[in-house]
Amino acid sequence: MVELSHDSRPIIGRGPPLGATFLTLALLSIGLMVADVRYNQLATVRELLSSAAYPVQRAVDLPFRARDWITGSFADRSRLRQENLELTARLRLANLQLQRFAALEDENRRLRDMRENSAGVADRVLVASILNVDLDPFRHRVLVDKGAREGVFKGQAVLDAEGIFGQVAQVHTETAEVILISDAEHAIPVQSNRSGLRTIAVGTGDSERLSLPFVTVESDLKAGDLLLSTGIGGVFPRGYPVAEVTRVDRSAAATFALVDARPTARLDRNREVLLVWFTPPVPVTEPAAPPATGPTSATADAAASQTEAAPQTEAAPEAPR
Amino acid sequence: MRPSNFTRRLIYWASVAAGLVLAIVPLPEWLGAARPDFALLAVLYWILASPRIAGLGYAWLAGLFLDVLRGMTLGQHALAFVLVAFLAHRSQLRMRMFPILHQAGAVMLLLAVYHFVIFWTDGLTGHGHTGWNRWLPVLSGALLWPLIVAAGDTLTRRSR
Repeated sequence: MVELSHDSRPIIGRGPPLGATFLTLALLSIGLMVADVRYNQLATVRELLSSAAYPVQRAVDLPFRARDWITGSFADRSRLRQENLELTARLRLANLQLQRFAALEDENRRLRDMRENSAGVADRVLVASILNVDLDPFRHRVLVDKGAREGVFKGQAVLDAEGIFGQVAQVHTETAEVILISDAEHAIPVQSNRSGLRTIAVGTGDSERLSLPFVTVESDLKAGDLLLSTGIGGVFPRGYPVAEVTRVDRSAAATFALVDARPTARLDRNREVLLVWFTPPVPVTEPAAPPATGPTSATADAAASQTEAAPQTEAAPEAPR
Repeated sequence: MRPSNFTRRLIYWASVAAGLVLAIVPLPEWLGAARPDFALLAVLYWILASPRIAGLGYAWLAGLFLDVLRGMTLGQHALAFVLVAFLAHRSQLRMRMFPILHQAGAVMLLLAVYHFVIFWTDGLTGHGHTGWNRWLPVLSGALLWPLIVAAGDTLTRRSR
């Protein structure tokens, strides 16, 4: 039982009455929420507060980093040798493939130059590592250790070695919050590598599954197809792997097929990601009428017009509800 | 010898800060959804143990900092914290007389209110996760309450 102490509730004349304090603070919080969500007015306040939060997040991250460092520095010799051998072999293979790719890329660039469309390829990348911090078990967001100081901007594409990872949802001074492609509020335009079919891949909240809700029953898509980013919308660079189709379920009665895909990026295991700068292939034009209602219909809208790839993040200014 | 108000304040702040840190420490995935709201439990304990120190303003600040730490809509946790703190303040004279299991039940009710506010504001801002597992912290928090009380009482007794 909680022990009784000398200070119980104040009797008379100690500060304002409880109800008034409560009401003031509650109204203040509601005001904050409205300002943050509706009017997006709190960028500077958030930035200030998040620089106060940064040391805490760093402190939480530190022991994990130390453990990695220690296991890294005391790894035994035979394992390192083994690893080294494997890596050398893989590098040789990769170099071999790269030689072919270099020629292909040159050719591709030449062909694109002829069509005056050489943009859309990543210009500059920055390696960022993910902080060991749990943000929310129900949102697929991570915190990376690069922020506005390194020139990170909102809506920037984030990749890993295997494919598209997500995009920057919020930038702080030292850190940035990345929304993964598997977050239930994220949608990304994709294209099947085999058939060229274009559609939208929507996150499901499960890091092993994306859903493709706008594939009609008769469209050419089957399990095993690789889905690439299209570059439409100007958020992601084109031609990077996003996911592999795992299941196509066609029921004759329905208009749309049930299609699932598994992200190629290692969303739940990766420690290092790449922040990418590139020139968007086409100038992004603002849609005349912004999507009208909640996340789902905004996604449908995006599917219909095939122009916008922005996720429905809470801070997106162009997504009024 | 009673602990001075200053030491009590220090312990109060240290425990709430520890709760805030525990709110973002990585947990295994299967445990992540059931993470107890340590910061709120610390605030609740102090409201019952020394209500004069643990005012509503501090609870609000703790909630706001939690919003910033987890990158949520600003004010969301702050609102939930201040509401729960208010309810606890209102009923603290009764609650501190409860036997510990009874008290854990009352804490469970408060946690349910807290999570309802979060759920509700989540829905308003368009982030609804409607699975059953978002209510797990209510249970885990209530189960943890006797431990929190034991730890808190030990701490304050030592500082006497």
